[in-house]
Amino acid sequence: MAAIRSMSRLLFSRSLQTTARRGYADQMNFTFAAGNQVFYNAMSVKQVDVPSFSGSFGILPAHVPTLAVLKPGVVTVYEDSGKVNKIFVSSGTVTINDDSSVQILAEEAHPVENLDVNAARDILTKAQSQLSSAGTDQARAEAAIAIEVGEALVKAAE
Amino acid sequence: MFVRFGNFGSFVPLLVQNGQQQQQRGMATLKSISMRLKSVKNIQKITQSMKMVSAAKYARAERDLKAVRPIGDGATQFYEKAEIQPVQDIPQKLVIAISSDRGLCGAVHTSVARYIRGELAKDDQNIKVVCVGDKSRAILQRLYGKTIIMACNEIGRLPPTFIDASKLADAILKSEYKFSAGQIVYNKFRSVVSYNTSILPVFSLASVTAAPKLSVYDSLDDEVIQSYLEFSLASLLFYAMKEGACSEQSSRMTAMDNASKNAGEMIDKLTLTFNRTRQAVITRELIEIISGASAL
Repeated sequence: MAAIRSMSRLLFSRSLQTTARRGYADQMNFTFAAGNQVFYNAMSVKQVDVPSFSGSFGILPAHVPTLAVLKPGVVTVYEDSGKVNKIFVSSGTVTINDDSSVQILAEEAHPVENLDVNAARDILTKAQSQLSSAGTDQARAEAAIAIEVGEALVKAAE
Repeated sequence: MFVRFGNFGSFVPLLVQNGQQQQQRGMATLKSISMRLKSVKNIQKITQSMKMVSAAKYARAERDLKAVRPIGDGATQFYEKAEIQPVQDIPQKLVIAISSDRGLCGAVHTSVARYIRGELAKDDQNIKVVCVGDKSRAILQRLYGKTIIMACNEIGRLPPTFIDASKLADAILKSEYKFSAGQIVYNKFRSVVSYNTSILPVFSLASVTAAPKLSVYDSLDDEVIQSYLEFSLASLLFYAMKEGACSEQSSRMTAMDNASKNAGEMIDKLTLTFNRTRQAVITRELIEIISGASAL
């Protein structure tokens, strides 16, 4: 009796393992977390488009492993159900590992439909005035970053 | 001879005083017991309200922590999957202690400091410490004050934010301290009654570029890795601070709960002795009156 039980447990655990392995091979294990909210946690999705400093690129399952730094812009997630989710990110990182797991960590992220065009324009003009009044190099660099984010915000909100 | 006499002289009034106290014992202790009772009751009120405050803070910290866990997991994944090891020719290491400014929360801060003390006892030449929160600094600075390169406070009053973490990461990167690898020592929250003192690894650019598995990763240059590491340091710190804050609040909650319970026990005992003493005083006075009356 005990032998049968242990064997059935063995079979059961093996079948679990194989499904898990198959799951990893042709699927993306996608995590998208921001400081304010978690959008995806180890979910499977079809495709993710990300803006990075080395150019925007799309990630499909089994993408070559790489690292990238996010540029302010819109991350587009194509879910398995066919739903397209657009999320604005200010900055962050993308990691693609060799087991096809993808992590996007953002400082702050919001769905594009929650953005307000007028508020975004306000931020941009504020950043521009900040740049013209900036005295030191550091303040100028900070204002330049604020303008970059503002421009991307306006573009995403429109 | 004189000296001895003088000594004796000062000793006599002391003895007399003691005798007087002994005589008035019943009355004096009634007063002193009631004073103690009052102060213990006040302490219980304080610990109870501290417990309520930290319960509210804990509820919020746990909610926040759930949202932050994927960030911490995601940030550590790369280090694990790329199998990065510290390079041997740079022995310098960095230890970041995550604690807070406030005490009365069990062994949260001491367990972080104890771990670091253990590391420093092995090798105090090549390890530098960054203290986050006054408590870890206060514990470590007496023995290992020279190893502390940076300390920050105003941690723990408000929940930590990503901006706090990025400021800290920025300060660490600007400190010009060259290290090959580092550890973030923090308390990982497990449940309301337990936490584990754990470490998160941190690596420098040199260690990452020296990793043999890095060649698997496509199209990387040093600048990308550097900015990647900077952001990842900030997110790891953010995650560790959130875990630390949650463990601290939960631990303070249990500590204050225990303190209120102990104060309750003390109040019970003190009330009992207070009542007994009062009864004894009444009985004694009665005896005095009765025996006085019967003597007439």
